[in-house]
Amino acid sequence: MSLPLASGSLYWYLTRSTGAVALLLLTIAIVLGVVDVQRWSTPRWPRFLVDSLHRNVSLLAFVFLLLHVLTSILDSFAPISLIDAFVPFVGSYRPFWLGLGAISLDMIIAVIATSLLRQHMGYAGWRAIHWLTYASWPIALLHGLGTGSDVQFSWLLAISVLCLIAVIAAIMTRVLAGWPENLRVRGAALGGTGAFALFLVLWLPQGPLGSEWARRSGTPAKLLGHSKHASTGHGAQ
Amino acid sequence: MSQHIKVNPIACEAHGMCAELLPERITLDEWGYPMFDDAPLHGSQVAHAIRAARACPTFALLVERDRTGKRSGRS
Amino acid sequence: MSTMTSSTTAVRPASEPTASGALPRLLSGVHGHGHLTVAEHLEIHGPLKAVRDGSRRHDRDRADRMIEEIERSGLLGHGGAAFPLAVKMRAVAGARGRPVVVANATEGEPASLKDRTLLEMLPHLVLDGGVVAAEALGADELIVCVCESSDAAFESAARAIEERAGASTGGGEPRIELVSVPEHYVAGQESALVSYLSGGPALPTFTPPMVFEKGVKRRPTLVNNAETLAHLALIARHGATWFRQLGTAAHPGSALVTLSGPVAHPGVYEIEHGASLSSLIEAGGGATQRVRGALFGGYAGAWIAGGQLRGVALSKEHLAPHGASLGAGVVLLLSEQACPVAETARVARWMSEQSARQCGPCLHGLDAMAQAVEEIAGGTPNTRATQRVERLASLIARRGACGHPDGAVNLILSSLEAFPEEFADHAQHGPCEGCARQPELPLPSRPIDRNARRGVQPSR
Repeated sequence: MSLPLASGSLYWYLTRSTGAVALLLLTIAIVLGVVDVQRWSTPRWPRFLVDSLHRNVSLLAFVFLLLHVLTSILDSFAPISLIDAFVPFVGSYRPFWLGLGAISLDMIIAVIATSLLRQHMGYAGWRAIHWLTYASWPIALLHGLGTGSDVQFSWLLAISVLCLIAVIAAIMTRVLAGWPENLRVRGAALGGTGAFALFLVLWLPQGPLGSEWARRSGTPAKLLGHSKHASTGHGAQ
Repeated sequence: MSQHIKVNPIACEAHGMCAELLPERITLDEWGYPMFDDAPLHGSQVAHAIRAARACPTFALLVERDRTGKRSGRS
Repeated sequence: MSTMTSSTTAVRPASEPTASGALPRLLSGVHGHGHLTVAEHLEIHGPLKAVRDGSRRHDRDRADRMIEEIERSGLLGHGGAAFPLAVKMRAVAGARGRPVVVANATEGEPASLKDRTLLEMLPHLVLDGGVVAAEALGADELIVCVCESSDAAFESAARAIEERAGASTGGGEPRIELVSVPEHYVAGQESALVSYLSGGPALPTFTPPMVFEKGVKRRPTLVNNAETLAHLALIARHGATWFRQLGTAAHPGSALVTLSGPVAHPGVYEIEHGASLSSLIEAGGGATQRVRGALFGGYAGAWIAGGQLRGVALSKEHLAPHGASLGAGVVLLLSEQACPVAETARVARWMSEQSARQCGPCLHGLDAMAQAVEEIAGGTPNTRATQRVERLASLIARRGACGHPDGAVNLILSSLEAFPEEFADHAQHGPCEGCARQPELPLPSRPIDRNARRGVQPSR
């Protein structure tokens, strides 16, 4: 299956690839964050190293995220504007699924900004905002599955599933480590994680992996039907 | 104007990064909490101390000037 | 736990204060009926010359002169630190913002009854002092803090505040508020009290900023022990020279002391600084048993062994060479039958439990020290446990946010020094006869609610 290159499609490919990389890096950032807060270390992997890695991978993820947003705006195919990147649900291209991306981006911006400026704000405030990371990730994943053109390709599906497993493992580690302190919050975290995984299992086959997802997810009509094959070409998914 | 390390013992949660980053001055007691003396920081120690203060997850480590002046590492 | 007789019976009813400034001063006019009304109070001590002339404007000159007078008097704090009041007041006066005055009668020290007694019987002395301090600093608010379990003191203070609202004790007094504070040892610590009054937990905070700069609701705050304010009330009336007629040059004036242990009449007494310990014991009706040692200052204080008590006098400069101080005015005698090792182990454990649990060295260190002393009391090989105690002491000192760990260390080290034979004996032979007896040192028996108002270090 070769993907025809139309004009401006370089940005489209960049959007998809940087999106995938951002998802991977965000996953690694969360895993490192849990390793950090669990105070894991060895003589060759001291605490400050794990902590620095976590901070740097998060920044790198943010860079790829910004590239992802920028290229999606620059791309001339799908009508995504600057506003759509930050304000959810107002766009014309798959508004709901794109909007999830905007929400996740807003959360991540808050986390990154407060972390860069943490010297100037209190620890309690910084920590409170940092919890948003756990919310930003599943929203980002749903955004990727809903807007992404590559979901039906096994490689991206595989990456998404692996990332999901990694994040679930990280959350389980975090939740079980201090059990049963703060039982309600821990219980809610477990419940939420389980519910999310269950939702994905039920939704994926009928959603992005189902037929005519491009139309059902809100791709503007004039972009549909660029290719007769619903599963190939850009703009058709 | 000399600079000194100081710790906020309430904020300190014994992460121990400060001892990793400034082992010349900071050691950890048997429970993981930092110990150091009052002597001023000299030469390259200042930069390492500031890095250690920035690395501290809870802002417990402070680098202070003269014990009465402005602090760096945490405003 | 030894039963402390209620202070009303042990505070001896006294006659009028003499013009020469002799004792009794604070305890003048105390009778068996408890609370002195404002009328009785004014009759004994006379009116308070208003610092303000009835107008609400803060008169800087008059205020400065009052602080100078306090400086001349040499009045030191009676909460334990013996810090010069004038220095504290100047620090508050020099800070930015409208000051607040706090009268600290929380009295977390188990062996101390004086502050409770003052509020129960002589609340107007404390309130007068608070008002004088407030007017000297231009503060419009005086907050009186009482421990939540001291019902009698609370009620008496509330009554006194009401009486003042009605009576004419001086125009335009600052607003007086009465607050009940949770009962644990560190709740009365300056920054902990300020934290509680600002709406937070009654736990010490990291300083700077010090409370005299940013205290209650970020305003400069003067926190004083209730007795210190009571002395201030009299200095405002009679002057610095009068105040210095009693006491020593380094430690002028009189002081309230809680005398307990094997004496005929334990309770609260007023002494002149520099008075001999034996005169205090005599005033208390004499010792009922031989004394093995005396604890000065409270559970952050120090022991002096019985053999060295002869000639000991009660003032800063006389106790310092023994490594002790009057602290919160506590003099606790230990009978010869009691076991100082067992008693120290109990107190060490209690002090460890009273930790605010905010600072690792205190939380872990005091527990480890208590364990080591308990091992000695129980009879394990001496050198290891004693060495461990000494090593821990140097490890813990000055590494907490407040002075609590230092106080516990002070007490434990002084007991090792004062009773070396008893400790050595215990290590080799285990518990002695004294261990089986009823404990003499008073400790509150209330169980500790670990979830209430505690800082918690994360579990590792």
